[in-house]
Amino acid sequence: MSVKLTTRQVGDVTVVDVAGRITLGEGSATLRDAMKDMVSKNQKKILLNLGEVSYIDSSGIGELVSGFTTVTNSGGALKLLNLNKRVKDLLQITKLYTVFDVHEDEAGAIRSFT
Amino acid sequence: MQENASHKPEAVERMLDSTLESVDSAEELAVGMAERAGMDEDDLMKVGMAIRESVVNAVVHGNRYNANKKVRFSVSSDGQRFMVQVGDEGEGFDFASIPDPLAPENLMRTSGRGIFLIRSFMDDFQMRRLESGGTEVTLVKNLVSK
Repeated sequence: MSVKLTTRQVGDVTVVDVAGRITLGEGSATLRDAMKDMVSKNQKKILLNLGEVSYIDSSGIGELVSGFTTVTNSGGALKLLNLNKRVKDLLQITKLYTVFDVHEDEAGAIRSFT
Repeated sequence: MQENASHKPEAVERMLDSTLESVDSAEELAVGMAERAGMDEDDLMKVGMAIRESVVNAVVHGNRYNANKKVRFSVSSDGQRFMVQVGDEGEGFDFASIPDPLAPENLMRTSGRGIFLIRSFMDDFQMRRLESGGTEVTLVKNLVSK
């Protein structure tokens, strides 16, 4: 299974539930297109729920960085929710864990945007 | 790391097309062998990702998706060492030119983390320029406790 994105709106925050694999090819392209689409629609408070992500490679990490930069440069904020151990470990060894605003509780994450 | 004295030696070699489908099949093949070699789930994830990154490099940066070029992929396991070799038919590159992805100026780059991850996840990693011009990488994971 490649990646599956489900988007829902909670107030002015766009929550993206991400499931599956974010790897080079379809997975990373799907995530990239979705983030570009949200920014173009002025949805600039984005919370990526990565709780159901089973696998992410260096390309997927690159897409998270790209999305973070794109959203931040457009005046918005991209935050991460529910990192599993694998994703958390990857972000830690690449020193990106402290770059992202990471949350474990959705309600708290939503509040942090205000 | 775990002792695996009863492990049956295995060795396979494949010539892969320069496609992303090859990346999936290479990872699946090698992870299956790693599992039979007795690696735990954490090491399987690390080895799988290191192999994925290596084959991606060969397909994308080495052979540049050229349908006329192949990726030589070999895996062997002898109970003590799990070894993977990936060779491409590309132009090669300057190994010293690989940027440090942890350097502050590179931290927000959207690419350039593959080799760093391979080094992080394997016990040994070597790169060499092939006489034919391509690049060959060798990845090793020790199977026996030190």
